[in-house]
This record gives sequence, C-alpha cells and structure tokens, in this order.
Amino acid sequence: MELTRRSAIILGAGALFAAGLPKQGSAATSEELISAFTGGAEIGAGDIELTAPEIAENGNTVPIAVSSGSAAEILVLAMGNPTPNVATFKFGKLAGSRAASTRIRLAGTQDVVAIAKLDDGSFVQASSTVKVTIGGCGG
Amino acid sequence: MASDVKPRVKVPKQAAAGEVITIKTLISHKMESGQRKDKEGNAIPRSIINRFTCDFNGENVIEVTLEPAISTNPYFEFEAIVPEAGEFTFTWYDDDGSVYDTSKKITIG
Repeated sequence: MELTRRSAIILGAGALFAAGLPKQGSAATSEELISAFTGGAEIGAGDIELTAPEIAENGNTVPIAVSSGSAAEILVLAMGNPTPNVATFKFGKLAGSRAASTRIRLAGTQDVVAIAKLDDGSFVQASSTVKVTIGGCGG
Repeated sequence: MASDVKPRVKVPKQAAAGEVITIKTLISHKMESGQRKDKEGNAIPRSIINRFTCDFNGENVIEVTLEPAISTNPYFEFEAIVPEAGEFTFTWYDDDGSVYDTSKKITIG
C-alpha cells in the first residue's frame, strides 16, 4: 500500500482510537451492564437516593446505602472498578422499606451509580463521586 | 473455606404485628475478588459469596446478588415487615457451592 497523506491520517486516527480503547474498556462494560439491566429503556432522575461518603480513606470498605420509595430492584455500579458490577438488591413482599446498606470495594476515586427499577417499570438513577485516599493519612 | 465462615445476624426478639424492623447481617468470608495476585504473580482465583437471601415464614424479604466489589465479610442492613410471629431465615450461597444459613425467631409482643 502506498502511503499517501490520506491513508496516513486514517492510520493515525485508527491508532488514536485503539490507544483510547483501554480507558474506555470498563465504561463500555458498565454501559452494557446498564442496558442489560434496563433493557435499553431510558433512565430518568427522581425516586432514588444513594448515600456514599465524599472521601473514603480505605477503598476496601466503603459504606454505601441505597433507598427509594418504590423500587423493585436496585443495581449498584462502581464505574472505575475493573468489574463495574457491585450488587443487585431485589426487594420481596416483606421488605419494610426499599432501602439497604452494605460495604463495597473501590479501586480508586470514581463515581458510584445506583439504578432503580421502579414498580411501574421505569428506571431512575443517582450517582455520587467518592474520593479514595489509598495512602490513608486522612487527606 | 466452609470451616471459618460464621454468619451473624441481629434481629429484635420481639415486635408489634405489622411493625417494620431493622435487620443487620454479617458473615465472615474473605471474598477473594479474583483480581489480586500472589507473590509469584499468579492470579488468586475468585472465591466469593454470590447470593444472599432473607425470608420470613417462606415469604421473601430481600435478595441480593453479590459481585467481587463487595467487601470482605459482607455486611447488609435492611428493613423487614413482621406480620406475625415466626422465623427469619438467612441464606448465603458461596461460589464453591457451599450454602451457609442461620435463622432467628421473633415473637409478637
């Protein structure tokens, strides 16, 4: 193949795209996870609350809480983790409230996202940025 | 793995009929994520609890799907309605096929 200016630009663009891929890797999977959960439905804002600390000194145990008035299921994702999926809560008949809390692992400073499937079949999401200071001097 | 796993749950002993109570659960488990490597650089295989359920007299309260991003010694706090006296059963399902369970009775007072 003769190297013309046009093919050089295309090659360069391709290389840039390929270089950009690893960074996009986990984002793409989290998008896949979201669309697998919602079935491609649109996600609004509203009846969901995600409580997470602003700063977590230890990324190994970050306390989070999710709550919603009428959620049937809540999916929690950590966008910056090697595997973004964190947990799925399904509320049964005897759930006293549509709320739960747990402790999660975060690989670094990132957004934590909670998506709820409401009883009427619509989806809402909330997100929160958590700063993780792995060095752990409280900074 | 199955030897050092100990579930702990906190449920009030008594409640009014129809009352909403808070339940706390903790189970000791290392929750090996499958991402870590040992000294030789080999990946340590994943070994986690992947599912947790809580039922009351056969009715489901909550079901949680756990992923490797859940911390060591998985802890959950949630609320349940107590319509009558009965028993809460808590079940954890391990990757290796083990099932850990415990139960707590509650009376109506």
